[in-house]
Amino acid sequence: MLAGVLIGALFLVGTGADPITAYEAVLTGALGADGIGSTLTTTTSVLGMALALAIPLRARLINLGGDGQMVLGGITAAVTGLHSPLPAPLTVVLALLAGMAAGAAYAALAALCENHLGVPLLVSSLLLSYPAVSLASYLARYPLKEPGSSLPQTRAMPDGVELPAFGDSTVTVGLVLVALAAAAYWFTDRRTAVGYEIRMTGLNARFSAYAGVERRGLTLKLMSVSGALAGLVGAIGVLSFPYRFVDGSLTAPGYTWTGLTAALLATAAPIGTVVSAFFFAVLQVGGLAMERTTEVPRELTQVLQAIVIVFLAARLRFPGRWFNRRKEAV
Amino acid sequence: MFFDSDLLMSALRALTPILLAALGGAICERAGVFNIGLEGMMLMGCFTAVATSWFTGSPWLGVLAAALAAAAYSLILAVGAVTLRGDAVVLGVAMNLLAVGLTGFLLRTVFGVQGTFDDPSLAGLPLIGGFTPLTYLSWAAVAVAAVLLSRHVWGLRLRGVGEAPDAAATLGVSPVKYKYGAILVSGVLCGLAGAQLALGNVTLFSENMTAGRGWIAVVAVMLGRAAPVGVLLAALLFGLAEAAGFRLQGLGLPQQATDAAPYVVTLGALFLTTARRRRRIRPSGAAS
Repeated sequence: MLAGVLIGALFLVGTGADPITAYEAVLTGALGADGIGSTLTTTTSVLGMALALAIPLRARLINLGGDGQMVLGGITAAVTGLHSPLPAPLTVVLALLAGMAAGAAYAALAALCENHLGVPLLVSSLLLSYPAVSLASYLARYPLKEPGSSLPQTRAMPDGVELPAFGDSTVTVGLVLVALAAAAYWFTDRRTAVGYEIRMTGLNARFSAYAGVERRGLTLKLMSVSGALAGLVGAIGVLSFPYRFVDGSLTAPGYTWTGLTAALLATAAPIGTVVSAFFFAVLQVGGLAMERTTEVPRELTQVLQAIVIVFLAARLRFPGRWFNRRKEAV
Repeated sequence: MFFDSDLLMSALRALTPILLAALGGAICERAGVFNIGLEGMMLMGCFTAVATSWFTGSPWLGVLAAALAAAAYSLILAVGAVTLRGDAVVLGVAMNLLAVGLTGFLLRTVFGVQGTFDDPSLAGLPLIGGFTPLTYLSWAAVAVAAVLLSRHVWGLRLRGVGEAPDAAATLGVSPVKYKYGAILVSGVLCGLAGAQLALGNVTLFSENMTAGRGWIAVVAVMLGRAAPVGVLLAALLFGLAEAAGFRLQGLGLPQQATDAAPYVVTLGALFLTTARRRRRIRPSGAAS
């Protein structure tokens, strides 16, 4: 982490900016009175995706299909919100659940590909993501497009079909939902048998198989939960400002990759994931502020994120691999 | 006619970058390094090729610089995964992310534009018989790689390093050297792939312009079981899907459907081959 900050400072000097002013701009821009609302809104999405990717990662399963699962969750929530006959508050709940179900089903599909067709999860989840994003884009541009609008977006949600916000800010109850998910993950990981099985599988898949953990079932379950969370992030996105599905608005900020970075940084540990997700949300929002005050491109924050991970990955040895190597050495 | 020579030509053009990258991935795979950083290395190649061609006016220097830059970039994987024994998958994901950020950052600082750098005076690669020289080079590379891997002592040692590093070390073959070599070669090939994409297929640089092609190359490595000719066939399948997609778009299908086509076709092919392979294995009685 420190190395990342130092290398970032070198980059800043390279572009002719004063590193201290730039970092100050990041911090005040993200955590100051003007930026904190925006940071918490970003945290909602980044933390949601980070949890979605951390949960399978705990068992050394990498879900790269977050974009597809999130976007399907978003478009499903949009359709539900627009067409549900229920009263508004119930429609909101229904839309959230529908979004989660869509994400979960799509992630489960990737798990089935690994379980029954032998396509590695890494690849099946990623490849499945592209058609899902294309499908949602098609739906938002043609059949579901808002009549008379030049933008690729659906109609706005009916009155009242939205997540309650805190005061005048853009921060919604979505943040609470994501925080609850984080708490549930922490509890499962630390206190339950399932959590133990997941961690054991992550540490040493073979050993846990001997001990009776059924890997296929575990893959399916973890992926479903992961997809459900990604779908939830999509649904929250649609049920918050601007209260509609806008093509590209969910994928363009790169929540999936930022979330993955955060999950990797924390080696998927629950509390670490929350902390690193918040850290990256600060970077992302602060990057914009830095661009305004120092004219340093905000892409620099993306570079910083990746550098942190490169340094970590080089040092990071998952214990499972370590076990195997010990065995080789004997 | 839907399937005509034009379609084949555009399929072959679409195939070149993927083939080059996948060949690099296959060599790494044979040396026992799972390389999913192909996408990032290609993207670094794209940017370097465009930047060098723009400043020197020579697309050839652009190609050379792209190969060198991507090779240098691949050292991250070599040092991280081989010397420091880090996790190759995590490193690969990080390299892909870093390349998107770094090229976006450089695009802003060097050219002062966001999104796409496109200039009429940017020199692209010349065409010979409808293809860039890099396309012919990619076919030659398949042949060379096939011969080296199956016939030459280097290829045998490389495979030995991948399959049984301890045995190879006992025989005096340094696994570290061979792994570094394989990763650097994959870097050079990905750099060429990037140059082809940015100076051959089109003449511009846009953010994240590889758009998943590096991942398709990773899949091509799996589909082709890391054999050069197998990789060629797998990449050809993708090229055909992409070209057919463009054609269908001309016939009025929405762009989103054709965008998704290559991924769906690749996934379908992956299902079919792995399912067949499994069925062949299963009767012998070994439960997964």
